[in-house]
Amino acid sequence: MSVSAIHSLSSAELLRRLDSDDLTSRDIVRSCLDRIREHNPRLNAFLQVDEESALAQADSIDARRAAGERLGQLQGLPVGIKDNICRRNVQTTCASQMLASFRPPYDAHVIERIRTEDGVLLGSLNMDEFAMGSSTETSAFGPTRNPWDIERTPGGSSGGSAAAVAAGLVPLALGSDTGGSIRQPAAFCGCVGLKPTYGRVSRYGLVAFASSLDQIGPFARDSAGAALLLRVIAGHDQRDSTSVDCPVPNYNGRCPESLKGLTIGIVPNHFSGGLDEDVDSSVRSTIEALQERGAVVQEIDLPHAEYSVATYYLIAPSEASSNLARYDGIHYGHRAEQFDDLADLYCRSRGEAFGAEVKRRIMLGTYALSAGYYDAYYLKALKMRRRIRQDFDRAFEQVDVIAGPVSPTPAFRIGENIDDPLAMYLNDLYTISANLSGIPSVSVPTGLTASCLPLAIQLQAPPFAEELLLQLAAAVESVSPSDTSLPC
Amino acid sequence: MDHSEIRKVASLARLSLTNDEVEAYGRQLTRVLEYVDKLNAVDVDGVEPMPHAVDGRNVFRPDDRAVSLEYERALQNAPRTDGQFFLVPRILEKKDA
Repeated sequence: MSVSAIHSLSSAELLRRLDSDDLTSRDIVRSCLDRIREHNPRLNAFLQVDEESALAQADSIDARRAAGERLGQLQGLPVGIKDNICRRNVQTTCASQMLASFRPPYDAHVIERIRTEDGVLLGSLNMDEFAMGSSTETSAFGPTRNPWDIERTPGGSSGGSAAAVAAGLVPLALGSDTGGSIRQPAAFCGCVGLKPTYGRVSRYGLVAFASSLDQIGPFARDSAGAALLLRVIAGHDQRDSTSVDCPVPNYNGRCPESLKGLTIGIVPNHFSGGLDEDVDSSVRSTIEALQERGAVVQEIDLPHAEYSVATYYLIAPSEASSNLARYDGIHYGHRAEQFDDLADLYCRSRGEAFGAEVKRRIMLGTYALSAGYYDAYYLKALKMRRRIRQDFDRAFEQVDVIAGPVSPTPAFRIGENIDDPLAMYLNDLYTISANLSGIPSVSVPTGLTASCLPLAIQLQAPPFAEELLLQLAAAVESVSPSDTSLPC
Repeated sequence: MDHSEIRKVASLARLSLTNDEVEAYGRQLTRVLEYVDKLNAVDVDGVEPMPHAVDGRNVFRPDDRAVSLEYERALQNAPRTDGQFFLVPRILEKKDA
């Protein structure tokens, strides 16, 4: 087949063609490289493309396929990597001047898994600096643009991953989700993005932002692709003590024939206030379509959900201020040239190399943890976090999944919220309670607005119910307008 | 947060800030703190704090000797080294200096 059409195929279709020798891994990598050359200058989704190394990996996998060897699950499919996931000796910048020349001395667990399963590492994807942001505008290397409308953001913080997959620059990508950083960009760009249960995927080698909330997860063009990549990266790793030692099911994300027996919870409060009309009607009509397939819909209450943004913006910055204390200008990262003494070296190195949002969150976290404020802010937030989790526990006694919006609006314009941190934080309203509670959650495309901006639905499930989420995601795909077109 | 509070927090966080940053963070963080005050509307007295999404359990491993990062790899990103150690500015002055 022609190399020019490869980029429009799903990962499952690519695997079929690799298996039947219609395509080689080199063909797919070359197609990605062509697409990147054509579209990345405009989108700025990839920060770095490892062209030579990707082609070499593809060739070696193709040679093993030709020799009749049994290949790993990815069979030579390229994967893009969010630039906060360490790859040995490959620049991993977190989109920060602080780590502009950092070359990790080891591979993250998920990178080892991708190598073992014969994925091809294609390059590094743009993000908000240290994953702090909801628009990829805080990247030190310029914003990523939404492939559906380059005046708009792709969401964030994994905006590069979402834009690259949506624009057909790469079939699969990894992102990380601390407060919605996989799901919201997936929704803004029109691809599937899944945040696994906390502990399902090892964080070893993920540059830490807020350790009790961070989780790595897959981006793909469809739920089957997300299932494939999740199958590869999930599982226990003793180097992350929060990694959970329970078996990884054979995620396949196959669409169930009927949804009889499934109860979907909806939260009436999700549909009030500032929810965009298009988002509202798309989520509602998707839920109605699932009802027609046999699912029962039940209203539930998450009484503490309205406190989730306030809770999160105390806990996440507190953890960040502690995690980012490691950037001292001594062990790795930027070091100021001019300084008076050791304390001044710390202050200047950090002051010079961290961007505005990172400093803002370090300040907020330092304040919330400081003497006299710890009980009033940090401890109070930890108690509210328990309440938020208990709401979910109670809800999941009544329903199997919860469906609702991902974000209050479709993709917003570049610059729209960047000068108003609180407005930017409020964008995370629907996504962050899953991080606080540790439950899995997925964003699935449900169509386009009249002005061609992607719409999406969020599905949340009890801990370790990723397979249920993926199957229901496939059901959403089957009832949504079948639009396989690419934005460019 | 007034400017002196911002400067105090910046010093605790080891961050040098410009005057413009002090002004902007003072304004922005005050708004964020006003927003998070909504947590006071709920009585959470007696609720067990939840520091982690997975309930606390300690993880043990056998206390065996194992290979760690070699010097070269551990130092490969350090801004200043002598090949064996990280170099830091002098923090103690010689008595006779």
